[in-house]
Amino acid sequence: MIPGITLQHFLVLSAALFSIGAYGVVTRRNAVGVLMSLELMLNAANLNLVAFNSYLHAGALAGQVFTLFTITIAAAEATVGLALVVSIFRARRSVRLEDVDLLKG
Amino acid sequence: MSFSNPTYLVPLLPLGGFLANFLFFRGNRRAAPLVALLAVGCALALSLYLAAGVLADPAPRVDSLPWLSVTNQVFGHFTISVGTLLDPLSAMMLVVVTLVSFLVHLYSMGYMHDEPALARFFLYLGLFTFSMLGLVVSPGLFQMYIFWELVGLCSYLLIGFYITKPEANQACKKAFVVNRVGDLGMFLGILFLAYYLGTSNFAELAPALGRWPLFAPAWLPLGAVALLLFCGAVGKSAQFPLHVWLPDAMEGPTPVSALIHAATMVAAGVYMVARTYAVFDAALLGTVNAPLVVACVGGFTSLFAATIACTQFDIKRVLAFSTLSQLGYMVMALGVGGLGVTAGAFHLFTHAFFKALLFLGSGSVIHAVHSNDLRAMGGLRSKMPITGATFLIGCLAIAGIWPLAGFFSKDMILDAIKEAHLMPLYVVASGVAFLTAFYMFRLYFMAFEGPAPEHSHAHESPWTMTAPLVVLAALACVAGLAGLSWGGRSFGDYIRFDRSPTLSADWSRAESLARAQPAAVGDYRLASAAWQAPQIPAPAAPAPAATEARESRAFTFDLSVALPATLLGLAGILLAFGVYRLKWVDPARVAAALGPVYTTVYNKYYVDEAYRWLLDHLYYVLSAAIAWFDRHVVDGTMNGFAWAMQAAGGALRRLQNGRTQAYALGMLGGILILLGALKVLVP
Repeated sequence: MIPGITLQHFLVLSAALFSIGAYGVVTRRNAVGVLMSLELMLNAANLNLVAFNSYLHAGALAGQVFTLFTITIAAAEATVGLALVVSIFRARRSVRLEDVDLLKG
Repeated sequence: MSFSNPTYLVPLLPLGGFLANFLFFRGNRRAAPLVALLAVGCALALSLYLAAGVLADPAPRVDSLPWLSVTNQVFGHFTISVGTLLDPLSAMMLVVVTLVSFLVHLYSMGYMHDEPALARFFLYLGLFTFSMLGLVVSPGLFQMYIFWELVGLCSYLLIGFYITKPEANQACKKAFVVNRVGDLGMFLGILFLAYYLGTSNFAELAPALGRWPLFAPAWLPLGAVALLLFCGAVGKSAQFPLHVWLPDAMEGPTPVSALIHAATMVAAGVYMVARTYAVFDAALLGTVNAPLVVACVGGFTSLFAATIACTQFDIKRVLAFSTLSQLGYMVMALGVGGLGVTAGAFHLFTHAFFKALLFLGSGSVIHAVHSNDLRAMGGLRSKMPITGATFLIGCLAIAGIWPLAGFFSKDMILDAIKEAHLMPLYVVASGVAFLTAFYMFRLYFMAFEGPAPEHSHAHESPWTMTAPLVVLAALACVAGLAGLSWGGRSFGDYIRFDRSPTLSADWSRAESLARAQPAAVGDYRLASAAWQAPQIPAPAAPAPAATEARESRAFTFDLSVALPATLLGLAGILLAFGVYRLKWVDPARVAAALGPVYTTVYNKYYVDEAYRWLLDHLYYVLSAAIAWFDRHVVDGTMNGFAWAMQAAGGALRRLQNGRTQAYALGMLGGILILLGALKVLVP
């Protein structure tokens, strides 16, 4: 609870962050960049969780705890994602996502 | 089924022989003929025993089991039964079929001796004998129809017995298909009868016929149903216009021609009409004069085929057309009614013997000469004395020379026609009598008399072949005597058709009831309930009128009939003798003088060609239209669906481009659309 800053500020920030992340996911050509944008989206969600928790249910901890879980899972996800990127790079000498379109109709 | 009446064993014995041959003696050239012969021999003995019983007590004996129960809208339910019916008509047929079949089995052991597929031949013969006997003892139309088709199948198998011969393959297919045309009509007739009368058993059919106007719809006169039944006979007994299969059926082995295509199976049509004659007779009360149609078809066929027989050179084809002609004679007699029914059955009886004799004799000739062509024969009488003598007896019998069998039956037919005052038919029948004598003796003189062709090594056949000839010749001599009165009873007293005395009364009452209560007719159940009350009273003591109607039908010489017929027969023989033995004129010059007339007759009036033309121009055009519809409309619809699916898939596959980011964008867009929808839809 910071005086002068309301829940709406947090939500706008989080929405902006999410949109930037989504934009990055859709437009980045580099797989690593996509992964980073994905982290942004996750963090936007985390920000939402924390903000709702402290503004709407100040005494509760569920939002914070959930955020911790999300961060953990995001770390694991980043690991798996980066491992995939490394293995793709080894196989195709490229991390450009448009080169990885073998599975198509 | 009571075991005191062993009729059911008669068909089962040949079936047993067939099964034994099928299971244990396949390809066994030694055992298969003997097993088949033994089985048919037992059936023959049993038939003779049964016939003796029938002669003592001609009352019909029915043994049947319910087989199928079907719901019938008119009568609630309807039972199809199987079993046996033993009465004078079936007893006569049993004896004819088993006797001819036995002799043909014996004959075949000699005739088919060098045939590699001998065992298969006897297998088929056994199956045929079983089927034919099953047909004969049928107590109802449905069982008859089943066996009717079975004999058709056996006929198909045996015509096509020489499987390597293309003509035989064509002929058996032709026989099968042509018969199907007639059988369809017969099956419809059976269904109509069973549906509107509530029974298909012969014994129950006749008393039920008086109710026809009440139960059957107005658009279906009984005569039409009778003619539908007759369609089956037209096919099986090879009447015009479905006669085309029988001459071609001669591609089968000659013993088969004798058994199936002369003596027994082709007579099944005549037998069926005689069996169901009550239907034809009752049709006279309605609007369609079915018996007259039957008589005309028969008369036309007999004349038509007799003229063709005069021009053919293939010995078996002459006999085939002769068979057609004689079958037409029988059918004509049946159509005349009254005494005609007896006469038709009587002619069936005598014809079976002398025509089987003639066919087996021709087989003996073919066996010796190795040719079917009459022009390659001649002078065979001295080389084949037994065959020659028996063949001559057969020719005299079919020509109707007293006292051989053909004289009596032919005379009875002429009597019946005269009794019915059908003068045109009488003229036709007399003409056929003349032509029959002519073409048979043309055949006889060409084959057995005159100079033998050079290099002829013809010799008499073995005893297995001549013994049946002798037996049949004896029968061809004496079978006609059955028509005479023996101890006050004759053929005509056993086998006769008498109209049910209550038929007309029943019919008119049913008609007035149908007219008085159209609503009741609409509701069949109601009508049948209303009918129950005054149903046919139990036949009390036979009314005196009925006894009076049963005047004796012993053969009587009516000189005004017998004399002209015999003279015509003698004239035919004399003409054949003059032309083919004394060579008064050269037949080839007569043929040339007749020009197109001769060519037309020689080519069997181009009926086959007409069918060919019809098939090409009518059937194929129809088929082409249907094929077009199938190819373009039916297949087009299917192909259209497939094409649409493919096109849609081709369009949609662009979405599945393998780019993860495109999918992500799609998901994002989807979520946005969903959110937007939520915003709009949820206030």
